[in-house]
Amino acid sequence: MKRRPSITDKLIPLAALLILILVWELICLLGIVPGYMLPSPVRVGAAFISEFPLMMSHAWVTLCETAAGLFLGIILGFITAAVMDTFGTVKRALYPILVLSQTIPTVALAPLLILWFSYGMAPKVILIVLTSFFPIAVGLMDGFAGIDPDQINLMRAMKAGKLQIFIHLKFPGALPEFFSGLKIAVSYSVVSAVVSEWLGGTSGLGVYMIRVKKSYSYDKMFAVIILVSAVSLMLIALLNIISRKAMPWKHCGSYNGGEGESK
Amino acid sequence: MILRAESISKSFSDKKVLDDISVSLSEGELVCILGVSGIGKTTLFNILSGLLMPDSGRVILKGEDITGSTGHLSYMLQKDLLLEHKKVIDNVALPLVLKGMGKKEARQKAFEYFEKFSLTGTEYKYPAQLSGGMRQRASLLRTYMCGDEVALLDEPFSALDVRTRDSVRKWYLDVMDNIRLSTLFITHDIDEALLISDRIYVLGGTPAVIMDEIDTGGRKNRDPETGYPEDHTKLRQRILECFDPAST
Ligand SMILES: Nc1ncnc2c1ncn2[C@@H]1O[C@H](COP(=O)(O)OP(=O)(O)OP(=O)(O)O)[C@@H](O)[C@H]1O
Ligand SMILES: [Mg+2]
Repeated sequence: MKRRPSITDKLIPLAALLILILVWELICLLGIVPGYMLPSPVRVGAAFISEFPLMMSHAWVTLCETAAGLFLGIILGFITAAVMDTFGTVKRALYPILVLSQTIPTVALAPLLILWFSYGMAPKVILIVLTSFFPIAVGLMDGFAGIDPDQINLMRAMKAGKLQIFIHLKFPGALPEFFSGLKIAVSYSVVSAVVSEWLGGTSGLGVYMIRVKKSYSYDKMFAVIILVSAVSLMLIALLNIISRKAMPWKHCGSYNGGEGESK
Repeated sequence: MILRAESISKSFSDKKVLDDISVSLSEGELVCILGVSGIGKTTLFNILSGLLMPDSGRVILKGEDITGSTGHLSYMLQKDLLLEHKKVIDNVALPLVLKGMGKKEARQKAFEYFEKFSLTGTEYKYPAQLSGGMRQRASLLRTYMCGDEVALLDEPFSALDVRTRDSVRKWYLDVMDNIRLSTLFITHDIDEALLISDRIYVLGGTPAVIMDEIDTGGRKNRDPETGYPEDHTKLRQRILECFDPAST
């Protein structure tokens, strides 16, 4: 049984955050760093509120790109993992290449993608697919590989076909790893969306960032940075809810006595 | 004769585990395979069920060669291997679903047996919420749902407390008689073997061979809870000698 987090467990990091913001405000008040370089928390808050409607319209575009990219990334990752798991030779041939491809900084691909696919949504979505599919595919593959071989033997003894083994055993068995991979993919993809928007386009949080940067509006800059992390956090929180719903057996508690049986 | 294994041999890399093992099972019979841990009992079952290919020898089910082919026998593996992501009732109904039965109908069929196995109330729980003994009963019930004429049970009663074990055993023996089920089962427990089996094969040595075959005089002539064969102590001694021939 996991210990339930107590109130103090939540209060301590909250207090630390509050102190941090206070120190920041003090630094600005005392003029240690000039105000035009480091806006005070109050000014950032004010910018956040005044710019909120505009930022939201940009955030919507970024979210759409992220959702489309993630969706395609999941499908691609799923197919890759399923094919590699079914055909050992394919896995041996492609897995190293796949890992190697991850040493290419995806951000460096963004300008190339824009050259190829111009300034619309396409290059952004493609970049997100490229960054998100890898953690998903690897998560699923590890999940498939981690299934107890005896469990597969049992299914075979019950004359289950390959597809049945996949549906009843492998896929649900790999869900925990799939969701860990997806969590990484989500944080990657928000970053990828913003970075690819920096390089060109007419809307999106990245485009907004470049605009406020050009006008030296540091307060708006900070506001949009906070919004980007808030968006990531919200997506992760949503994912946590979905994963709990998808894996009820993980949260059902465990057996704790009652029948008088020896273990 | 419903099931016959003819001179099965099996090695893992260069270590020979089974050497020329022949066993047979008649219709309605309960035959026990006895042997110390690590001797190769589970390996023999994996071969009979078709999961493993023997190096030599054949497995014959009702005159048909089934060596290396799965899905003919109901096999209860040593670990309970319940699927953690399925509710208990869906675990038990899985063999039916795999055969193409609808989920609802399969659940209904499975449901009927929960009381017999003292599993009432666990239907919609997940395996993680069950005790070791409950899990073993669920696994035995799932094996029964496979519905083949021959069952292979690898230590089916080892995790049960004395009282539940007696009742589950008794239930199982009744079922065997009702539907003419034939069973081959593994145990390390000499007394359990003497109590409920019709015949006993004793494995011993490295590689394992059949050291002895004991006829206990038909289990139906005895009470499954207390009815040991008349020469219980002598048979016990005879088996112990097979386990450890050097000591006597
Ligand atoms: N896949 C395998 N590869 C290599 N060696 C194996 C394999 N399976 C079993 N063995 C070896 O074969 C021998 C027999 O194993 P087996 O599991 O059949 O024993 P057992 O009689 O069922 O033992 P227990 O009563 O402890 O379950 C052991 O020495 C084991 O290490
Ligand atoms: Mg074993």
